Amino acid sequence: MSGTPAGRHYLNSAYGIRSWLLTVDHKRIALLYLTSVTLMFMLGGVFAALVRLELLTPAGDFFHADTYNKMFTMHGIVMVFFFLIPGIPAVLGNFLIPMMVGARDLAFPRLNLLSWYLFTIGAVFTLFNIVIGGVDTGWTFYTPYSSAYTTTNIVPVALGIFISGFSSILTGLNFIVTIHKMRAPGLTWFRLPLFVWAHYAYSIIVILGTPVIAITIVLLALERVFHLGFFDPALGGDPVLFQHFFWFYSHPAVYIMILPAMGVISEIIACFSRKRVFGYSFVAASSLAIALLGFLVWGHHMFVSSQSVFAGLIFSILSFLVAIPSAVKVFNWTSTLYRGSISFQTPMLYAFGFLGLFTIGGLTGLMLATLGIDVHVHDTYFIVAHFHYIMVGGTVMAYLGGLHYWWPKITGRMYPEWWGRLSALIVFIGFNLTFFPQFIVGYLGMPRRYYAYPPEFQVLNVMSTAGASILGVGYLIPLVYMIWSMRYGKAATANPFGATGLEWQTSSPPATENFAEPPIVTEEAYAYDRIPVPERGVYAG
Amino acid sequence: MHSDFPLFPVQGSAQAREVDLLFVTTVLLALFFATLISVLLIVFAVKYRRRPKDRPPAPIHGSTVLEILWSSIPFVLAMVIFAWGAAVYFRLNRPPDDTMTVNVVGKRWMWKLQHPSGRREINELHVPVGTAVRLNLTSEDVIHSFYVPAFRVKADALPGRYTTTWFQATRPGRYHLFCAEYCGTQHSGMIGWVEAMEPEAFQAWLSGGPGQVPMAAAGERLFNDLGCVTCHSARSGDRGPSLDALYGSTIRLQTGETVTADAAYLREAILFPAARVTAGYLPVMPTFRGLVNEEGILELIEYLKSRAESQGGAAAAAVAPARSPSPGKEVPTP
Repeated sequence: MSGTPAGRHYLNSAYGIRSWLLTVDHKRIALLYLTSVTLMFMLGGVFAALVRLELLTPAGDFFHADTYNKMFTMHGIVMVFFFLIPGIPAVLGNFLIPMMVGARDLAFPRLNLLSWYLFTIGAVFTLFNIVIGGVDTGWTFYTPYSSAYTTTNIVPVALGIFISGFSSILTGLNFIVTIHKMRAPGLTWFRLPLFVWAHYAYSIIVILGTPVIAITIVLLALERVFHLGFFDPALGGDPVLFQHFFWFYSHPAVYIMILPAMGVISEIIACFSRKRVFGYSFVAASSLAIALLGFLVWGHHMFVSSQSVFAGLIFSILSFLVAIPSAVKVFNWTSTLYRGSISFQTPMLYAFGFLGLFTIGGLTGLMLATLGIDVHVHDTYFIVAHFHYIMVGGTVMAYLGGLHYWWPKITGRMYPEWWGRLSALIVFIGFNLTFFPQFIVGYLGMPRRYYAYPPEFQVLNVMSTAGASILGVGYLIPLVYMIWSMRYGKAATANPFGATGLEWQTSSPPATENFAEPPIVTEEAYAYDRIPVPERGVYAG
Repeated sequence: MHSDFPLFPVQGSAQAREVDLLFVTTVLLALFFATLISVLLIVFAVKYRRRPKDRPPAPIHGSTVLEILWSSIPFVLAMVIFAWGAAVYFRLNRPPDDTMTVNVVGKRWMWKLQHPSGRREINELHVPVGTAVRLNLTSEDVIHSFYVPAFRVKADALPGRYTTTWFQATRPGRYHLFCAEYCGTQHSGMIGWVEAMEPEAFQAWLSGGPGQVPMAAAGERLFNDLGCVTCHSARSGDRGPSLDALYGSTIRLQTGETVTADAAYLREAILFPAARVTAGYLPVMPTFRGLVNEEGILELIEYLKSRAESQGGAAAAAVAPARSPSPGKEVPTP
């Protein structure tokens, strides 16, 4: 808390709605994002709940087929484009990266505000389509169904995703410039926290990949409005071309979601075992390896789509290769615990949950990369289970863990520890009960996107729906106590977890300019052996 | 195991055993690694939990030997699984020589199937046990995907393209047939059955049904009705090339390139005749788009195939390129 006038911080430095909507403070913008992203998560969750409700019985008896199709489509679009992709970078990255590198703000503060506006305008277009009747193509928009057959609102949704894509690109650009140009004196590349490395890799993918989805979506909208025939075989187009374009972005998008999550996990595991992350430079390098290899595997979504056997071989072997750096990270995190001093607070419980779920998601990913197996399980619930383990089990666990970990820094208040641990436990149990049965029902052959299904699949679907209701409760508990803690939570000290990292060297919440005096870095990122182990219970909120 | 609550799919084909063996192996491998990670996590979590008056954590920064070890062991295992999976995939995509062919047209929201004998089916596919069945798939509208879980077989049916898959049922039974590629409102209603029958029962079934015209004969009738015969026959002079030994042969185009006259090329030639014109002929053929549907095109192709076969020799041998390693042939953009 060195030098900051007591009681002055970014939250109370100005008041009124204008001071928020026109702010250029990266911390306030992070909170704007936190609000939008949380709303989108709740919306996507409501759609998920309705989808699971419909699947409680084999017959399609709660909603009409079209309604069901629109619900799973909106669940996918909202969750992927407006929660999973922006979630960690826009909220935690925005808040933390300038502080972690010892800067006052991001390199382009106004661009950062523009990013939030673009995100919000994109979200409004997408939500507007729900009001005017929804869209039913699935979040993948496969042609020629989306370009020539569906009568639903492709264009507003496409516009929404297109606009919000610019938000991602600008954020990535801002991060890269900030990380390159604004590091504090002494903060060399190999002293950077792994969270920053992960966001650096994330930014590379965002900048290279997002323009491709933007162009693809423009082509889709042009085809739909002017019947230009890029994807329509009746006009001489290629129906599979769209899939190549789409997955060229949307497979790397999975790494857009998971790399920042990996960054969060590295920070939490180091802090709560009080150890330097094992093999720091390997973990940092593996982020870049994932970012680059991630661009070469899109064809593994198309093993049964008439792609040649030889293309299948290439995409399969590259998919195995991209899994190796991910496996290395899991081994590194596990070894970090070895001879540490491990404390089981909420962020660490979420990190443990992440390790379990991400491992299952990764290993089933290898099964899907195996050509002979993929033919059978492609487009079944096995896939649904797999990508939820990665994207929800990985990204959401890390997001919640990170939110708890940095909550005292963001709000200046502690979350209630007991409730936090309870929520981590409920989320983990609910998640597994929801998605593990889907591996089985998928291998049995239940295709995805079915609103009615043969009766022998019912027991597993009932389990899944039961799990989803537990998971829902697990998500609602933090929502309630986090809001509660903003007013009633115990006041947080500058560094309640005894963590290393520049963000903990300033007051909680930080002053608008982050640091009273520009910090000078003299040590590596995780010098936990230099600071004493906090005693138990000191910081239990 | 209760039949209302199955935990493993039935094995209805030769491929199913092969795919399951690979799958179970990868599951065991995954279990091994998942157990390894979980046991380590739990042991470390218990053994190194923070205690009052804790010792300082050991300053361990990394180990290059370990990094190399735990990158290379998974890498080697991954390559073994990759190669095995690729071998299975090759077999899933290469039908044996003696197959029985069924043409499949996906349409929202039904599967329309036709046997060479002319017998048609909707959402039901009857096949004999012990015979390799090859499917020629296409779609009349959007992308569908033909999926029989019991056979571990799936292939997309694409508008404007022909794709292929095959299976050999090993035991009689009724197996689910699903559409696995989302295709709109009644996607989950686009399901049916594959009925695997003893060969004699299948023959009896095949010869039953309303008066059937074999596909090739139906194609011939269409060939005459559409007026193809006015240009593509000996009487017509040189307006169109002879189609006698066409199927499977290599033809030279006006541009100097060559192309194999396979199903995809013939379909293109019927719908987009100006796209790739045979050398020595003028681009005078009209398009038959809208005049003939996908099933009709398949019948025409079947007819041309039968003409090539009756010519014997090279052309007949060339019919087999059906065995191309690719699961589908692209219809080139006209």
